[in-house]
Amino acid sequence: MNRRSRDQIAARVARDIPEGAYVNLGIGLPTLVANHLPREREVFLHSENGLLGMGPAPAPGEEDPDLINAGKQPVTLLTGGAYFHHADSFAMMRGGHLDICVLGAFQVSATGDLANWHTGGPDAIPAVGGAMDLAIGARKVFVMMEHLTKGGESKIVERCSYPLTGIGCVHRIYTDLAVIDVTPRGLQVIDVADGLGFDELQRLTGVRLLAVSESVVA
Amino acid sequence: MIDKIVASLAAAVADVHDGATVMIGGFGPAGQPAELIDALIDQGARDLTIVNNNAGNGEVGLAALLKARRVRKVICSFPRQTDSYVFDALYRSGEVELELVPQGNLAERIRAAGAGIGGFFTPTGHGTLLAEGKETRVIDGRAYVLEYPIRADFALIKALAGDRWGNLIYRKTGRNFGPIMAMAAKCAIAQVQRTVSLGELDPEAIITPGIFVQRVVAVNATRADSGDHQAVA
Repeated sequence: MNRRSRDQIAARVARDIPEGAYVNLGIGLPTLVANHLPREREVFLHSENGLLGMGPAPAPGEEDPDLINAGKQPVTLLTGGAYFHHADSFAMMRGGHLDICVLGAFQVSATGDLANWHTGGPDAIPAVGGAMDLAIGARKVFVMMEHLTKGGESKIVERCSYPLTGIGCVHRIYTDLAVIDVTPRGLQVIDVADGLGFDELQRLTGVRLLAVSESVVA
Repeated sequence: MIDKIVASLAAAVADVHDGATVMIGGFGPAGQPAELIDALIDQGARDLTIVNNNAGNGEVGLAALLKARRVRKVICSFPRQTDSYVFDALYRSGEVELELVPQGNLAERIRAAGAGIGGFFTPTGHGTLLAEGKETRVIDGRAYVLEYPIRADFALIKALAGDRWGNLIYRKTGRNFGPIMAMAAKCAIAQVQRTVSLGELDPEAIITPGIFVQRVVAVNATRADSGDHQAVA
């Protein structure tokens, strides 16, 4: 089986982002998606600290401490981009104006619950940032994560054991093994990594999946 | 003549009292009013409640205020960072209280205070640890959590330029919490890179109208308002 690399997962997510979409890419793995959006496709990247039309990282020496993204990394603004304050920025999410957000996750449940902000450990200092706003705000929430933990356990679970970020908010899951939709009928497999059979994917996942052949859409 | 421009950083924060709630603008270093925070440390007020997105980086700015043991409570969305060790230690030893608020709820609670809203129902956080014990309501089939405004005695914010009426413009993503914190505080204090004459700021482009700002202080002392401009094209 050929597990998809982080860049291959990012490229797979990028395929599902159409021209004209307003998109927020979460901190970490999701930021890779920007590298795979074709140059000719106009997509509006939103960063919750207050910009739309986010461009790539600046050239060395061109960094501006007043122009950063949600991960506090230096970025650029595309021609036509805009700045705004925090209440407006979160109105863009909460108000349903963002088409897509892409988030990392610790766990996603069979019904689309998301856990990605807190391990719940006794010594962990909790920090949430914009995770909960993003989870419930965008019209479509894509999760991008490794399919399994380092210990080999499925991160797609019946019920999340980590504290929740949002309830029933995830629409599609992209992992190194498969792309899976959260649907009212259950978890519908959309595609799988090359050389990976459904039975093997099902065995690794531990939550019942619907095979591509069971899809209601031909 | 109305002149909200004050002569020094020290004068700008002179009346911050012990036990005050102080909003501090900035998202990480962008928009953080570092010079005003230093002035507040020198001023000596203690037992403060601080409202900020984060809880300080390294040992400068807000982290320095925490390290000086002036803070009783932090209301923020994202305290834990790679270089938040000052806060981390104070939190673990129980010396600083933390109220953790999802970032959009933090922004909206600040905005609500400035806009005279008594509370609002938001979907963010519903069903999570951060909504435990809070009133909820289902509206048009969707579940919401009741959140209340966050008001402040003072706001310390950073802007690019301001005039003697308190009108402000900002710079890039340094804007972040500045406009809403100015609205939510009884006394909003803006440090600016430069003060400008009345009329120099394009009225169509003013981000924070002076009604929300009580004091303006130039950080690099580049006051350049010999006279009020008549008009700006």
